[in-house]
Amino acid sequence: MIQVDSLIKEFGPKRAVNGVSFTVNRGEILGFLGPNGAGKSTTMRMITGYIPPTSGRVRIGNHDISEQPIEAKKLIGYLPESAPCYSDMTVHGFLRFTAELRGLKGVAIETAIAHVAGLCFLEGVLHQSVDTLSKGYRHRTCFAQSILHDPEVLVLDEPTDGLDPNQKHEVRQIIKRMGQTKAIIFSTHILEEVEACCTRAIIIDRGSVVANGTPNELKARAENAGSVSLRVHGVAAEALRSRLNSLSIAGKVSVQGDATTVLARVAPRDRSIQGELAKAVAEVVLKEGWKFDELHTEEGRLDDVFRSITLPDSVKARA
Amino acid sequence: MNESFRNIWTILKRELTGYFASPVAYVFIVIFLLLNGFFTFMLGGFFEAGEAALARPFFNWHPWLYLFLVPAAGMRLWAEERRVGTLELLLTMPVTAWQAIVGKFLASWAFLALALALTFPVAITVFYLGNPDGGAILTGYLGSLLLAGAYLAVTVATSALTRNQVISFILSVVICFFLILAGWEPVTSLLVRWAPTDLVELIAGFSVMPHFASFQRGVVDFRDLLFFASVITFSLFGTSVILRNLRGA
Repeated sequence: MIQVDSLIKEFGPKRAVNGVSFTVNRGEILGFLGPNGAGKSTTMRMITGYIPPTSGRVRIGNHDISEQPIEAKKLIGYLPESAPCYSDMTVHGFLRFTAELRGLKGVAIETAIAHVAGLCFLEGVLHQSVDTLSKGYRHRTCFAQSILHDPEVLVLDEPTDGLDPNQKHEVRQIIKRMGQTKAIIFSTHILEEVEACCTRAIIIDRGSVVANGTPNELKARAENAGSVSLRVHGVAAEALRSRLNSLSIAGKVSVQGDATTVLARVAPRDRSIQGELAKAVAEVVLKEGWKFDELHTEEGRLDDVFRSITLPDSVKARA
Repeated sequence: MNESFRNIWTILKRELTGYFASPVAYVFIVIFLLLNGFFTFMLGGFFEAGEAALARPFFNWHPWLYLFLVPAAGMRLWAEERRVGTLELLLTMPVTAWQAIVGKFLASWAFLALALALTFPVAITVFYLGNPDGGAILTGYLGSLLLAGAYLAVTVATSALTRNQVISFILSVVICFFLILAGWEPVTSLLVRWAPTDLVELIAGFSVMPHFASFQRGVVDFRDLLFFASVITFSLFGTSVILRNLRGA
């Protein structure tokens, strides 16, 4: 549904987006990650046709956003980063206005408004002026606007920004549900969010895509992904280390702890053996009769991956 | 075609209700009417003139009155959208920039037309007291409305230039002031002393004053209509260029 092809955007001499390409199909939820100023919002603005790209193409469905902007825009629901609303209108008036611009007519407008007001918990404030709403409500009002016409493509720039944990959860649920039939792309800083609802994630840094894969694939790229953690009691750290080192499939072993409790982390020699390592470590533990209260394989954390990919080299060297 | 009319209508409706959702509309109308009364009856010497016409005591003040009031009514049109960020929302809707520009312009113009229409007691007064030329009063109103439209179109353009309403206001006042001065008699008679008559006439041709004046004489000249239509079209076209650059840069 969304096809982005070598998108470039230059602001004066500065290249904000540098050759970004990806596709999002129906039924996919793409998480768009990246540090501040990486070009996420600029890319989304080009996808929604707000700003024209310096070069490259965006296709929404069968329409090129530059050549058939109106047809393409009809397919999109968009939540801009700051969730802007017309502050001099009531929530109902605002939703009605956007519904009319989206081409809804007559009864369909009220039905759609009632539907999204329910989804976004806006029933209580429908006839309140947007001016008087708290940030969370305003955000949800703008979110409601983006899903009002049941679009095939949803572009959400930080949809959960400024919401409380319950609201965040709700919005994620809505996105997940809609993701089954639509093509969704959303940007976020919250990495758990990507794990919780994305089918795929892209990390963008300084204008370029630096990683693209399912959340699990990305996590596997973490430094400690696949290593086994073990906590035992009453074993000397050095003894533990040398015993674990003797395992043929173990790589680097690190231990830390005091006289009573030692925490060991065993990295696999070869990343592909997943699971085997934990089994081998468990056998050792049982054979030696160690008392242990924890043994698990690390999944790798998305924020480790994120950090290792997007930190500038100078900062990495310091770390 | 049908769709673009509907979009224009939707945007027009929103802008117009926007005026009345805040005190802006009421304050504006009250001030406009008060100033009109003040100029007509105090400065214009409506009664002293003993003349059953509206041109001199009433319409004559409109270029000066509009100079400040029209920019005040139109300055927020795009500046506010830019400041709040709703511009992004509006322009990613399936509407063209032209539909948005025209919708906003027409909404503001309709609002100004309403304010102007509320000066009807002045017309009633003159009909009650004497036997004026009804046609001239009608064309006077038409000229006044077109003048407001021309100023407004300029304001729409300056409003798109900035996210600051005050800057937008000042810019449009300056431009509209030029549109008055270029053909205002005291200025042209000064220019004539050292500039060739052709040049003075060319500059005066840009002014709203001679075109506005003929409406006050009860004349609806095609060239005057064309002039106001060109100023409006040109300014709105300028607005679309400004908006395009804004998104491109």
